[in-house]
Amino acid sequence: MPLVVDLRASEASDPGLVGGKGAALATLARHGLAVPPALCLTTAAYEIFVDAASLRPVIRQELGRKNFDDMRWEEIWDTALRIRNRFLRASVPQVVTAALAERLIGDFASTPLAVRSSAPGEDAAGASFAGLHDSFVGSRGIDEVIEAVRSVWASLWTDRALLYRRELGIDPDRSFMAVVIQPLIQGEVSGVAFGIHPTRPGHLAVEAVHGLNQGLVDGTIEPDHWAIDTATGGIAEHRPPESRRRLTLTAAGTEIDDLGEAPAPLDAHRLGELAAALRAVETIFGSPQDIEWTIDAGNLVLLQSRPVTTSTTDESDKRAWYLSLTRSLDNLRGLRRRVEDDLLPAMDREADEIAARDLDSLDNRRLAAEIEDRRSTHDRWVDVYWREFIPFAHGIRLFGQFYNEIVRPDDPHEFMNLLVGTPMLSLRRNQRLAELAAAIRTDPQLASSVQRGELDDSNFSARVDAFLDEFGDAVYGHRAVFEDRRGLIRLLGTMAAAAPTEQAFGANDVHEMTAAFLAAVPAARRQLAEEILDVGRVSYQLRDDDNIHIARHKALVIDAVDEGRRRLCSTPTAGEEITDPDQVVAALRHPNLVVEPPPEPVALETAEGIRPQPRQLVGQPAGPGVATGPARRVTGVDDLFDIEPGEVLVCDAVEPNMTFVVPMASAVVERRGGMLIHGAIIAREYGLPCVTGVPDATSRIQTGDRLTVDGYLGIVTVVPRPPDEHTEDRHVAD
Amino acid sequence: MSHDPSHLEILRELLNGQLLGVLGTHHDGEPYTSLVGFAATPDLRRLFFATGRATRKHANLVADARASMLVDNRTNRPADFTEAAAATAVGIVEEIGPGERADYEDIFLAKHPHLETFVRSPSCVPLQLQVSVYMVVTRFQHVIELHFD
Repeated sequence: MPLVVDLRASEASDPGLVGGKGAALATLARHGLAVPPALCLTTAAYEIFVDAASLRPVIRQELGRKNFDDMRWEEIWDTALRIRNRFLRASVPQVVTAALAERLIGDFASTPLAVRSSAPGEDAAGASFAGLHDSFVGSRGIDEVIEAVRSVWASLWTDRALLYRRELGIDPDRSFMAVVIQPLIQGEVSGVAFGIHPTRPGHLAVEAVHGLNQGLVDGTIEPDHWAIDTATGGIAEHRPPESRRRLTLTAAGTEIDDLGEAPAPLDAHRLGELAAALRAVETIFGSPQDIEWTIDAGNLVLLQSRPVTTSTTDESDKRAWYLSLTRSLDNLRGLRRRVEDDLLPAMDREADEIAARDLDSLDNRRLAAEIEDRRSTHDRWVDVYWREFIPFAHGIRLFGQFYNEIVRPDDPHEFMNLLVGTPMLSLRRNQRLAELAAAIRTDPQLASSVQRGELDDSNFSARVDAFLDEFGDAVYGHRAVFEDRRGLIRLLGTMAAAAPTEQAFGANDVHEMTAAFLAAVPAARRQLAEEILDVGRVSYQLRDDDNIHIARHKALVIDAVDEGRRRLCSTPTAGEEITDPDQVVAALRHPNLVVEPPPEPVALETAEGIRPQPRQLVGQPAGPGVATGPARRVTGVDDLFDIEPGEVLVCDAVEPNMTFVVPMASAVVERRGGMLIHGAIIAREYGLPCVTGVPDATSRIQTGDRLTVDGYLGIVTVVPRPPDEHTEDRHVAD
Repeated sequence: MSHDPSHLEILRELLNGQLLGVLGTHHDGEPYTSLVGFAATPDLRRLFFATGRATRKHANLVADARASMLVDNRTNRPADFTEAAAATAVGIVEEIGPGERADYEDIFLAKHPHLETFVRSPSCVPLQLQVSVYMVVTRFQHVIELHFD
């Protein structure tokens, strides 16, 4: 099997060898259409690489941690990140480098190159995955090309690629990647064109930008859009962008210029030429095509052709939406301004307005209306959270990818260490609690009164009130966390009795790690690196803070619902058993309503006489270290205040509003999976071992079970609690 | 709830689908393993097997009835590390009494009809492992114990 082929050679028509993109380019060239000269590093080279680096067992092990259908998007992203890091750290065998180096002559030696993914099957009719894998522009010389090739190979295992290929079983023995290498044509105008308009039957679609089309493809630059009548060739619609911008190649990568009042990139003549090209490629391939093109020195050149994309994703699978949230740095900058300057202040302002309303003055019907109003306001902000805040979390992903490409660390999540210490609201809250606990620790009289559950010290009591004024809106599940002040006092007493907890990294550590990272970045990309790190930090901070902001609105709903429940408790037909807000509203409006009891929970796994007992549970490694301690299963607000120092926090989902207990824990175990979830973020802040994505964690693990949490391997070992065991603990985290 | 089959289903599939298991015995601290044909009762509480009276495993079991049996579905491919499942049964081995012989033969010979001559030989000892716990391993390291009350 050849390692490198010229796409004009006869074997280049085999998609198994050159991939979908390579085979399509070879076909276009054979039919005389203008395409750039291209070499293809075949799938045989990919196989030599993955076998030499033993990557297939790595992929299999990473994908085998749990059923793919059970993975959350964060877990899929982490899995892809770990696989990608192994690819980036693996050496490319000399035989591959040498085979490619000897072909990089002529145009391939004198100009920057485009290095494009070309996976077999990716462009097959009916299974076209546009933009699923990575392509790189601007590589020069064999070293840079090999770096780009390795990244293209790794992109066979990106999160989105995993999700789209899951129907194929994602078998590493049947997954291959070829790479197309072309001299980069820095066309004056570039774009895409579709043989079928996505929304207007009987039309073609053309999108065009000035400069390279990289910005159009990744969504950074808004293009001019045309719909062309397929039968007549007439222009049915031209939709210009809000502003025209141009992406060009620089020494540091790419840059974007604002073009001001620049004219549309295409005229009617060019559009006619593109329509003719679409017809020609449709005839060649036998189905409508989606083409990428550029205009080089006045001539139309086709960069690739594939069948018009057909979505094979399950519409109900929300993970595809999450993983589609790849955002360019430019896009994230805009999103940051909107979130920081507009959305968060507006959310807080509205919460202040609602909090000023007096519930006592409302009769039952008005209270019911107030509950509905608060719920709809909360729902509206939850909607904003999904649309605006979750996409911003991509800032962490963007930094992680950039860091791993530069540093290639042993630990693919090492980049998170540069994000810790970001001034998150939850850390400020935890710091306030630590200060209150420290005051108790140094004052025996105060400690004694706290132990009795009383606060004789008016000065300290005022400090507790000040804490509650600032952070009292925390909500966990459907209850206010600090609704019972005694729970907070008990927690402070427990914290005071234990040794003070410190964050894993001080400001100096983070400063040093940041400096080391920036020193590793080539000078031309250092400013970009600083910007990506900055966006990553804000994204990391917001990932936690937004939940605390939005919790204020949830707390306001709970206040009103609780007021309703309090009133209903005094009526004979409805009372404390009402927990559903809908039922509270209905009961306030209809005093004679009969309330249905809530359904019984369903048992996990039962068979007559057989009792399942976990011994060793596999999840995702989310915080390095190993710790052993008794489990504290937290399923509601009341459990939070029972936690003892050294216990392992076990819960379904750690929420930012409950992370004040984490500093006391020796480790964190969570059913929800991934590195970007709050449990993993806060565990890393305090240097605690953390395993996430443990299926049925809170059903299988009981409070008091002795756990060993291996945060390196993502394993939790369980020894059931003996009936008379006391709560000794041992912390061996490093 | 996860999409994985329950561990009980995995165990039942292993015990019904596999013909052979690895029996673990010992004598004076010397460990010993042997491959045996087995069959499980419908309630999974007993694993039937047989051995010659003069075998080492029989001598070991006479000296100490505590034993384990590993049953797995590996196929000797790299994918086994993540795809194979294994169950270890731990319990006490005892000889099948005359009153249980008919049940034993129905179940054991239904699965291993070619062993009829062996099982009915006077020198063969019909045995059962009374299982107290199964340890079911999936995904390389995911371990759930199934205890019998």
